[in-house]
Amino acid sequence: MKMEEVDIGTTTEPLLKVEDLAVEFHVSGTVQRALQGVSLTLQRGRTLGLVGESGCGKSVTSLSIMRLLPQPPGHYAGGRIVLEGRDLLSMPERDMRVLRGGRIGMIFQEPMTSLNPVYTCGEQIVESLTVHSGLSSKAAMDRAVELLDLVGLPSPKERAHDYPHQLSGGQRQRVMIALALANDPDLLIADEPTTALDVTIQAQILDLMTDLRERTGAAVLLVTHDLGVVAQTCDDVVVMYAGGVVEQAPTKALFADPQHPYTIGLMAAVPRIDTTVDRLSTIAGSVPPPWVKIDGCRFASRCPLADDRCRSAVPPLREIGPDHAVACWRAPIEETTV
Amino acid sequence: MMTLVLNRLIISVPVLFGVLLLGFGLLILVPGDPAIVMAGPMATPEVVAAIRTEMGLDEPVLTQFFRYLGRMAEGDLGRSLISNKTVISELGAAIGPTTELMVACLIWSIPLGIALGTLAAVWRGSITDRAIMAFSVAGVSLPIFFICLMLIHFVGVQWRLLPFIGRGGPLWTIDGLRHIALPALSLGLIFIGPVARMTRSSVLEVLRLDHVRTARAKGLSETRVILRHGLRNALIPVVTLVGLQAGYLLGGAVVTESIFSYPGIGRLAVGAILSSDFPLAQGAILILALAFILINLIVDVLYALLDPRVQTS
Ligand SMILES: Nc1ncnc2c1ncn2[C@@H]1O[C@H](COP(=O)(O)OP(=O)(O)OP(=O)(O)O)[C@@H](O)[C@H]1O
Ligand code: SF4
Ligand SMILES: [Mg+2]
Repeated sequence: MKMEEVDIGTTTEPLLKVEDLAVEFHVSGTVQRALQGVSLTLQRGRTLGLVGESGCGKSVTSLSIMRLLPQPPGHYAGGRIVLEGRDLLSMPERDMRVLRGGRIGMIFQEPMTSLNPVYTCGEQIVESLTVHSGLSSKAAMDRAVELLDLVGLPSPKERAHDYPHQLSGGQRQRVMIALALANDPDLLIADEPTTALDVTIQAQILDLMTDLRERTGAAVLLVTHDLGVVAQTCDDVVVMYAGGVVEQAPTKALFADPQHPYTIGLMAAVPRIDTTVDRLSTIAGSVPPPWVKIDGCRFASRCPLADDRCRSAVPPLREIGPDHAVACWRAPIEETTV
Repeated sequence: MMTLVLNRLIISVPVLFGVLLLGFGLLILVPGDPAIVMAGPMATPEVVAAIRTEMGLDEPVLTQFFRYLGRMAEGDLGRSLISNKTVISELGAAIGPTTELMVACLIWSIPLGIALGTLAAVWRGSITDRAIMAFSVAGVSLPIFFICLMLIHFVGVQWRLLPFIGRGGPLWTIDGLRHIALPALSLGLIFIGPVARMTRSSVLEVLRLDHVRTARAKGLSETRVILRHGLRNALIPVVTLVGLQAGYLLGGAVVTESIFSYPGIGRLAVGAILSSDFPLAQGAILILALAFILINLIVDVLYALLDPRVQTS
């Protein structure tokens, strides 16, 4: 690693800052707000967990950072996504392409379908390498084998010549990771990288990602609905609810002292650490659908602390402690009140 | 790959048998007596009877069939009743021109159909898309003889741009090219439509798949995403379609060759049937069936080449 990169790592300017991002889907004449002002901050070299129930907008958020939302029906309705001072949403497509697969690597949830079945694993990595770094195809193939070795595939030389259907789900996800890491990204976005895998493979892939983050120094945005994964692998956590961020905090602080009633409910619903957020359906009520316009706090219909102010005005995300932000009028909340 | 070809050939055997049966049935079922045809209009009944005995036509059907199979196995397809040349030599002379016609038709219509289908998919819903699709539907729904006649009328007769009768020589000569242009154009026009439509729907389907999102996430240009990760995968079903259309193509060749007096298998078959030249008709049908089997074999090989999941699993 070069000296200057280490230097940058010690500055306080975050690598990625999403500010008040709003995303709409225009579906058959209706407008659905999938994201209603999402903000989050990711520091260099750190892992940020993005958690929330199914449908709360985690994938939309991560695809937006790559600007890969299908448009139409998707539409960026407001906010900024700032990578090292540059707003990605106003960036020309050309420059964006340099970032995709270059500075930003992405791993998807579906290892079985995320690789192209008609090219070998090696070829798919080589393509990314040659497009970004102009390596000769020979050099790129050597590098691809190196990468497959790095992600822990046995006999990487042979695997490079295998087609995706010849590998298992876990192996394919390793190939995806190798692909995402091909051009030494500063930011790795992993959208539920282990959800589709069975439990032992999940643990292996997570270990691999932790290990690779340490070796490459890349910052990781890890989307998951598994709080156990968050506790084990993330430095910071962002909790999303119905298209908005309700709380962001360092992992330790969040688990020790959750401040948003939703997060508190989550923790209460999680007697053991290896439970997923979807358990939250144990909180009474249900998530308001994205086409319903809500004036106040979106959690109000399920919140035991809701009052008139909650129902009439949207609570802003505000700092209540070091790096700890909450979108709730009533925070900070004494533990006993919920 | 070898096993694939072998499997295919084995499957072809019953098909071939069916074709032979059909060819034989033609002789039995179709009105018209080959003996009378052979004897000529002036022959006396005695002469006709003699010929019938000589040809084995008065023996039981089953005996005739096995004798017929035996001759086929030896490659003896008999002689034309009209020209008295061997059927093999008649077919041999016609097979080259028909192959040339197929090549001349497919070499432009398949790439163009694929290109148009891809453009329509990429610009779906646009004017271009609608124009391409309207053109495809027209190509499919207009009868081929109509297309041929229009081309003859305008390009051949009114504007005198190209010849429209017969064959001018081998494909690599100027005259050969000029003569084959209109038949190849007519035949290709009916083929573009299905190929373009299949390509369009296949590309649209592939572009929705997860691996295309991965390709975009690699930072590839949109053109590269569409060609290498969309069209490349979409070709797999298109190839299958081309195989399925082979019969359609051969049928079109029969009409086209007849209209343009092009000396291929198709015209030979029509001529033979019209003149009750049964051995020749049988031979022509057999060749067309073989062509059908061969085209499908090629398609299967192409399919396996395009889709690694077929070869390695
Ligand atoms: N292409 C699309 N068209 C219309 N609506 C969409 C589209 N993609 C996402 N949405 C909507 O956006 C909202 C957020 O979806 P998203 O996929 O981000 O959820 P998620 O948090 O990733 O859920 P999961 O845990 O199930 O992956 C959902 O209400 C969904 O219906
Ligand atoms: S703002 Fe009000 S309704 Fe919303 S979470 Fe806080 S207390 Fe509950
Ligand atoms: Mg998701």
